[in-house]
Amino acid sequence: MVKRIVTGAHYGLRDWLVQRLSAVVMLVFTVVAGLRIVAAEPGYEGWSGVFEPDWMRVALFVFLLSVLYHAWIGVRDIYMDYIQPVSIRLTLHTLTVLALVAYAGWVFELVWSH
Amino acid sequence: MRFSVYRYNPDVDAKPYMQEYDIPLDPTDKMLLDALIRLKSHDDTLAFRRSCREGVCGSDAMNINGRNGLACITTVAELGDHVTLRPIPGLPVIRDLIVDMTQFFRAYHSVKPFVINNDPAPETERLQSPEDRLELDGLYECILCACCSTSCPSFWWNPDKFLGPAALLQSYRFIADSRDQATNERLDDLEDPYKLFRCHSIMNCVDVCPKGLNPTRAIGKIKDIMIKRMV
Repeated sequence: MVKRIVTGAHYGLRDWLVQRLSAVVMLVFTVVAGLRIVAAEPGYEGWSGVFEPDWMRVALFVFLLSVLYHAWIGVRDIYMDYIQPVSIRLTLHTLTVLALVAYAGWVFELVWSH
Repeated sequence: MRFSVYRYNPDVDAKPYMQEYDIPLDPTDKMLLDALIRLKSHDDTLAFRRSCREGVCGSDAMNINGRNGLACITTVAELGDHVTLRPIPGLPVIRDLIVDMTQFFRAYHSVKPFVINNDPAPETERLQSPEDRLELDGLYECILCACCSTSCPSFWWNPDKFLGPAALLQSYRFIADSRDQATNERLDDLEDPYKLFRCHSIMNCVDVCPKGLNPTRAIGKIKDIMIKRMV
């Protein structure tokens, strides 16, 4: 195979933008959830009540998607700097995506299965 | 004055080493470049680049006490008694303080650093309004000394793919030029996870630029235009 330096995968702007917008979503959710938790009655009933309203469930879902995509871009950026062999990087990409999907499943299990 | 200077001659040395010098300076040796020329009169095996000796040609960029700068516009007085000199980091060393700039200029050439205009050439110049011309201030002054790109960790990691602050500043210089007609092609070329978006705005480039330019702002403006084009 020729040793050509290849660049030009057209997802630079999209990922950069999504990383910033997802950061805003996470910040807003953290503040809102934080305030609600502080305001809630201490204990299981109060704290689970924080995530009870439908709008809060939707917000949590959007927050979760933001965390996953944000983490994906951030971790991939680290691989881009430190892991140069394509085969190892692709393997790590796959493992990272699987881990993130597993985390998503775990959150669903924790929050929505009860 | 005491100097620790990075020495490496690949024909002779197995690996680089730091050489200590203790030499008296003349009262006329005001700039670090004067001191280096004095040093070379004591040890003529020392190799470094210099040309204009007034901060215009960008030849004598080096790492001075851990910070990139031009020897010719750095005063000896500001350096203290002991000066450590190394080549600018991240590029292959040819000898002593001289580095191979091929990678740096490859990035520079890749942004097509010239006005692209397909209209027939006018009788006189292609005119700009004073406002349009003002856009180029802070961009055209770059002397390509590579102080910025070689102080950028993203450039250290991916010098073959990330263009680096100097080339990106020049890219924006032509995107911002009202006479240029290739904005779309230029933006298409930068729409890539490496070339532009390896920049994480840590602003080492701004910190070291001997001409006081701001590549981070130029990179931000390229991103702004890309977003404007996308939405």
